[in-house]
Formats: sequence, structure tokens, C-alpha cells
Amino acid sequence: MDAFQPTYKPYGERSILVEWPPEINENILQDVLSFKLNIQNSYIKSKIQVTSAYNSILITYNATIDNINDEVLSLKVLYSSRGVLQKSAYRHWKIPVCYDDEFALDLNELSIEIKLSKSKIIELHSDTIYTVYFIGFLPGFLYLGGLDKNLHFPRKSTPRQQIKKGAVAIGSNQTGIYPNESPGGWNIIGNSPISFFDVSRNIPCFAKAGDKIQFVPISVMEYQNISTLVKEGVYQIESEVIVG
Amino acid sequence: MLVRVIKPGFYTTIQDLGRYGYQDYGVPVSGAMDHYSAQFANALLNNNENDAVMEITMTGPTLEFYYHTLICISGADLSPKLNDLNIKLNSVIAVKPNDILSFGKMNYGFRSYLAVSGGFQTEIKLRSRSMYNNITSKLKIDANNHLMINEFNQTKTNKHAALKYDSERFGSNILEVYKGPDFELLITVQQDQLFNKKFTISNLNNRMAYQFTELFDNNLKPIITAPVLPGTVQLTPSGNLIVLMRDCQTTGGYPRILQLKESSINLLSQKMTGQALQFKLL
Repeated sequence: MDAFQPTYKPYGERSILVEWPPEINENILQDVLSFKLNIQNSYIKSKIQVTSAYNSILITYNATIDNINDEVLSLKVLYSSRGVLQKSAYRHWKIPVCYDDEFALDLNELSIEIKLSKSKIIELHSDTIYTVYFIGFLPGFLYLGGLDKNLHFPRKSTPRQQIKKGAVAIGSNQTGIYPNESPGGWNIIGNSPISFFDVSRNIPCFAKAGDKIQFVPISVMEYQNISTLVKEGVYQIESEVIVG
Repeated sequence: MLVRVIKPGFYTTIQDLGRYGYQDYGVPVSGAMDHYSAQFANALLNNNENDAVMEITMTGPTLEFYYHTLICISGADLSPKLNDLNIKLNSVIAVKPNDILSFGKMNYGFRSYLAVSGGFQTEIKLRSRSMYNNITSKLKIDANNHLMINEFNQTKTNKHAALKYDSERFGSNILEVYKGPDFELLITVQQDQLFNKKFTISNLNNRMAYQFTELFDNNLKPIITAPVLPGTVQLTPSGNLIVLMRDCQTTGGYPRILQLKESSINLLSQKMTGQALQFKLL
């Protein structure tokens, strides 16, 4: 039943790190998310906090862990008794992106360097369905898997001091959206008018690990219209629920 | 029920013990760099331990109180004065309208904590008052800010008057650590070196991370991006040792070779550029 044998390590006084093989793939992601859900359902929420990344889960307890062996044992039991893979429903999000020169500061250069026309780059970038592996780096920054190999391109040697909120960018084998203004070294190919981190909401990000993201090219005019709706708090991001 | 900021000081923020429950959205934990001092100042005032305090770095602010309240200052000794008279650290001080709190020379430590009765009542974002860029509307305190405080409740009795602040901690240069998740990637010689050498704090030190001047030669490869914690010591390919602090990112791609004990995060928060420290494995 156990496709993987995760390892368990103490991490400081209050945390346990569970690790899967050091690979980025959807099978590991599904196992990570299923175990994470199982932990969240089995422990009292106020006593622990669970976060995950590509191939790891971090469980942080509210108090110092008295007996690490006991805790690891109960986690191991939980992992192997999880029965049928618990898969939560995920969402497929359609994210509007304007690839116009106004926003796509590095698209010309990228087009020359990787010898693909701008429209081909936009097509490849928006045809792919990306998987959200986790959120990290900045509040609301989605780690997306699935960037087309033809679009892999190194980070800029000198990072920009200020990247605009919503910038859609490529950094080596990854693509992502800057949820807020920040410094950054990725190549900017567009901008999305929607908000990836909204501090006024109880759940500040609409997307979560395991969800799918697809970019939908929009014109400057559509960008402005959506921006207005977002500002007024009435924009609904198009999505559909997919039951796992 | 206000405190007016006349001068903000070098880097002054409002902090509680942190913003928990949002790390899965990439939100840093934040909170007081030195939990021990923040908690001590709150305890003396009979506040809750998570009540918001003012974190004061190196150079203190000048504040005017508009109301009666009690205050307590713990942590670094930045020569606090009330109306130009020296006041004691780690003791409860009564302030009245128009009193001016100011700070002077830094005698020891690096971060001082000002608690007021009932805690600072600044905005709560994602269940915490800790200031952080793009989460709270302010990143730090500026001149002419007005900070809300509670009306002082005289009926409270001081149960904690007998608490004693451990000032000896400032003399320690030892950071107690656990092995980090990636410690075993180092070869034995490197592991030994980590605990035999002294490391000097570089000028790259802030609420996000402290870096050391000495480079630590290594050939470790980056790891697949994975969770990190305040107190995690990362090792970069170019040999920089980075100790993540309270405002650190939630994930990172450098090997996590050590993890500071909670009390050592507090201690490091009181250290500054040029001071040398040694790791001690627990």
C-alpha cells in the first residue's frame, strides 16, 4: 500500500519534518497532500500547524515535543493506516494574463534568445495546465510545475529592484506570478490583474496546493476592465471544481 | 488613549509573538525577535504574553503619552528616560498625560521592548498585530504616527513583581543548536569545523536573517525548495551561513544544516554587526 517510505526528522524543538524522495513529480505531490490532509483531520487544529512543499511536510506543534519517538510513531501509524488515498477536490483556475509589450518587459529578449516568436511563447505558456505544488517565497507566491521545456530560461544576472504586482515571469524551469511588488530576477512576460494575496480575507489565497492553473491571454482593454472589477471587489475568477 | 510618535528611532515596529496558521500561504511567522524580553515586559504588566509590544532597534524613538498607563521596558539597555529622567529596565513605570519617553546611548543588547498595560492596539491582520510588508498597512513606525493603547485598568494587581530578568544572557556568545534536516550532507570534518570556529555577524543582519562574515567552504548542492523555520541555519554554495530570523520566508532552497534553539534565536536578536559567536551542538 505504501508507495513511498517517507523519513521523519526532528526539526528544532517543536517541529517534525517528513521527507519524500528528492524529486519533483505529481505522484509525490499527491502522496504529500493526502498525508497532509490526513494529519490535519486527525489532530486538533489548534495544537499543530502543517505546511508542505514539493517533497516534504512540516508539522509544527504548539509546545515543545516531549517525546519525539512517540510523535514519529503516531505519524507513521497514521501514514500507513490511511487506507484509500485521500484526495481532496481541487480547482482548475483560469488566470487572465496580458502579454502586451506594456507589461512583458523581457518578452522581446526572451523571444530572440530562445528563437521563438512572441506569439509562440504566449501560446506555449498559456496552453499548459500548471500544477500548484505549494505556496512559498512570498505571501501568495504559487510554485507551479509544468513549464514547457522550450520556455526554460535562466534568471536575469542582475535582479530588478522593483517588480510590479501581478508580473508573470519565467525563472529557469519555473513560471510564477509576483503576488505583490517585490525585487526579483525572473524574466517578465506579462501581468495578471487579479489578486493572488488578499489580506482582508480569512483564507488569503484563492488557490491551494494541488490546484491547477491555466493562463488566459487578454488584451490591454480587458486587462483594464478586469482591474477595475478587481478593485471594486466584484471580479470572479473563472474556475471549475474537479473531484479527485 | 494614544501614544504619539515624535521620532521613530532607527527601526521600530509593533510585534506580538507571531502570525500563526498562514505559513502554508507563504506568510512569514514574524513576531518579536526576542520572545523572552517581549514576554517578560508583558508579564510584569500582567498582560497576556501575546499582547503587542514595541520592538525598538539600536536607536530608540521619542514618544508622547496622552493618557495614564503603566509601561515596562525589557531587553537591550538603550538608556530609557521619562521626561529626561533615567528609568529602570524591567520594572513597572507609571506614565501620565504629556509624559515623554525617550532613549539614549545603547549600553548592551540590540533590541529593546516597550510594553504598555493591555498591549498596543494596532490593527490585526491575519490574527496578528506583527508588522510585515504587504500584510499590515505599515511596515514600521514613522514620525507622527498615533498608536492606540487601552485605558489603564487600575484593578489589576501585579502578581509578577517578583519575576527576575536574566541579564546574564547578554554576556553569552554561544548559540545552542540542533542538527538541521540537511546536517548529514556535511562531511565529518566540516561538521567539526562548524562547532570549532567562531563566526562574526556581518552587516547583513535584520529581522529576516543574520549573515556571518566568515565563509564556510563547502560543496553542497542546493536542495529542492523545502520548509524552513526561524532559527534555521542555511549554507549557500558560496559559503555564506545564513541564520533565518522571525521574518524569514516559509520555504528555502539552501541546505538547512543547523537549527537554533528558541532561546538562541532570542539571544542572537540581541547581537549586532561585528560580534563573534560560536555554535554549540545540543
